[in-house]
Amino acid sequence: MLKSRAQLIDLREKCRSQAADQVRRILVCSGTGCVASGASEVYEAFKTALAEAGIACSVKFMEDEPGVGLKKSGCQGLCEKAVLVKVEPEGFQYIRVTPQDCEEIVRETIQRGRHVARLAFTDSSGNIHKTAADIPFFKKQKRLVLSRCGNIASDSIYESLAAGGYQALEKALFEMTSQEIIDQVSRSGLRGRGGGGFPTGVKWKQVGAQKPGKKYVVCNGDEGDPGAFMDCSVMEGDPHRMLEGMIIAGLACGADEGYIYVRAEYPLAVARLKMAINQAANLGLLGQNILGSDFSFQIKINRGAGAFVCGEGSALTGSIEGKRGMPRVKPPRTVEKGLFNRPTVLNNVETFANVPLIIEHGWEVYRQVGTESSPGTKSFSITGNIENTGLIEVPMGMTLREIIFDVGGGMKGGKKFKAVQIGGPSGACLTEEHFDLKLDFDSLAQAGAMIGSGGLVVADQDTCMVELARFFMGFTQRESCGKCVPCREGTKRMLMTLERIVAGDGRPSDLDNLVDLADTIKATALCGLGKTAPSPVLSTIKNFRAEYLKHIVERKCPSKTCERLKVIFVDPSLCAGCAKCSKICPASAITGKAKEPFKIDPALCVKCGACLSGCKYGAVKEGW
Amino acid sequence: MPQVDLSLVDGIIDGHLGHPSAVITILQEIQEQYRYLPREVFPRISAKVGLSEAKVYSVATFYENFSLEPKGRVIIKVCDGTACHVRRSLPILSRLQKELNLTDGKVTTEDLLFTVETVACLGACGLAPVLTVSGQAHPAMTPDKAADLIKAIRETELKTAAALASEHSALRSNDPSTNAVGN
Ligand SMILES: Cc1cc2nc3c(=O)[nH]c(=O)nc-3n(C[C@H](O)[C@H](O)[C@H](O)COP(=O)(O)O)c2cc1C
Ligand code: FES
Repeated sequence: MLKSRAQLIDLREKCRSQAADQVRRILVCSGTGCVASGASEVYEAFKTALAEAGIACSVKFMEDEPGVGLKKSGCQGLCEKAVLVKVEPEGFQYIRVTPQDCEEIVRETIQRGRHVARLAFTDSSGNIHKTAADIPFFKKQKRLVLSRCGNIASDSIYESLAAGGYQALEKALFEMTSQEIIDQVSRSGLRGRGGGGFPTGVKWKQVGAQKPGKKYVVCNGDEGDPGAFMDCSVMEGDPHRMLEGMIIAGLACGADEGYIYVRAEYPLAVARLKMAINQAANLGLLGQNILGSDFSFQIKINRGAGAFVCGEGSALTGSIEGKRGMPRVKPPRTVEKGLFNRPTVLNNVETFANVPLIIEHGWEVYRQVGTESSPGTKSFSITGNIENTGLIEVPMGMTLREIIFDVGGGMKGGKKFKAVQIGGPSGACLTEEHFDLKLDFDSLAQAGAMIGSGGLVVADQDTCMVELARFFMGFTQRESCGKCVPCREGTKRMLMTLERIVAGDGRPSDLDNLVDLADTIKATALCGLGKTAPSPVLSTIKNFRAEYLKHIVERKCPSKTCERLKVIFVDPSLCAGCAKCSKICPASAITGKAKEPFKIDPALCVKCGACLSGCKYGAVKEGW
Repeated sequence: MPQVDLSLVDGIIDGHLGHPSAVITILQEIQEQYRYLPREVFPRISAKVGLSEAKVYSVATFYENFSLEPKGRVIIKVCDGTACHVRRSLPILSRLQKELNLTDGKVTTEDLLFTVETVACLGACGLAPVLTVSGQAHPAMTPDKAADLIKAIRETELKTAAALASEHSALRSNDPSTNAVGN
């Protein structure tokens, strides 16, 4: 238990010198993606391989005898190429590592310092990139919030300390007044990374200005946007950075209790956070009289139970209180009456994780990255039909083109780019014409989109935008809490209309009706869920009107996705004219003359498929 | 239907000092025990935490993760988050449903072996499409791989069941009391 600043400094020095001594380190990525691909088995295989080679291995930093450091790190980023392994000090980045490869890595790299080329990242022109810094995917990134994620063991507070963890807390606690902390955060221009982009400093100031008494700090780790996992990676890979941010928020605003609300689907994040909280409490960085000061702070974890709407502030605090997670009318706002009706600082995971950077280096340094109105970096998860799917962090204001082609490596399989959906079910799609759009809060808002939490899902020419709009509407309709009529009934009507269109029963008036409904819902819904639910539909109608019309007027799905728009037809070149299909057909839709190709009347066909399996010449086919 | 051991439920509630704000956590822990929320637990929770039964029930029905129906021993969650959706997760779901005779409305097999449901994003989007089998994630799925997975699970289940049965009958034949009754 550390009882003073001097003791913390002393411990940090010890951790640093041990870390400096531990030159050889193997980092096995243990983010959700890599674990799903067998990271735990790879980790065990390294243990065995090291033991067989007679090499001492240190699993628990600062506790085990010195040796090759074998560590489970947070997400290293290139999730597509799981399992990822980094070997220090060379910085070799190995990809697609299997347990069978570990022996070779130990023999070649650990024992002889040689590179194993067959496990390296090779680009499309055949160039081998040895280190992460060499790989184009990482080159254009600026990893500040994620600087430790993937580079240290995610389950060790000692490694976090060695890498500068809790340095900002130390400074805030012993060198700054709460006013100064809030001032730094305000001047840094940090804006909420949970989607809204609300200035964090303003929020903290408002909570700080409330009458003294019980106040709370709440961390929103609900990450509801399906297809985004940045917050997940921070919680799993560098939980201490986020905890540090929360503790500093408590110090600044006069709160002594914090809650982290984590989505139910992130069990690994919950486990790592629990471990991190215990470690911090054991060292006296959480709990009563932190580092001997008169500041006390504790943190609890609440698991979500599968409701997207609980990402909304008032629903989230309601859920922590054990109630149905339904948003309420504001004001009063969360800063005045939040959790248990007390003033509450509610911020997103990534927002909190930015705070230590600001406090440690000062707002001027922080503002050197990013744009004037959106300083700092933003992490995104790029997924979908793109070459390098994974977790990235780039300066705010990077263009979409740079992200997709330079960082993302372009489209998967060389297919043609169609659109990118940003901001999940509350967001919009961007097309080629937005390639030079800067990704920051204001530029996106002007283009009618939003950063949201930072999920970027890339769609290629084989993705049907109408179907995608239906998918998002299905999601928000299911997740609507039902409290307000526009959202509950409006999303249902919009969904029904979209379902009709993708089933080939669209009506000419549908598009106008959709836009009408969308405008009404946007203007009248109670919370952000309803207000933004129509966005994906509006933006796809705006950018892909022709595709909607194809579905409605011609009943065709140009990208060959909508199952219900499939037609069954007879290939005349294969048909022998045996008439079997016309006898099987229950709808009498197939006609023709014997020994000549038969024909299916699409108006009569009920798509039962009986003729498909019945034709022994394989002449009956399915297609768009 | 399993007999509900209410002392277990009491233990869980007491672990949270019967605090009303912990009701979601209490329900989560009970569900971890039984894989669903048996009807009998509602009056007990209500009495012990001091919320009306209707309130507790309203919380349980609000959150998608709670189930009032018994679930299968093996729970398969097919991710239909955006990343998985655009990499075609729905054909995987359809295939599983077809193999197991399930629909969107009927998610658990008669023999209570499988439950198949969808989930919106597991955080492994880089490896889409993903599904989990009893919490274990399987990346880069295809309908065929999913079907193979079910087959493999069935076989192990059958083997364990057979092993259990033979152990059971061995016990029975050695046990004079059962013999006496049997004769
Ligand atoms: C329907 C809905 C879902 C939301 N989901 C999330 C979420 O998953 N994570 C998050 O951080 N913010 C989410 N938000 C935004 C929060 O309400 C809130 O603005 C945010 O957590 C504040 O933190 P920040 O200022 O640091 O961004 C959601 C909002 C709405 C309306
Ligand atoms: S969308 Fe399937 S894991 Fe994220």
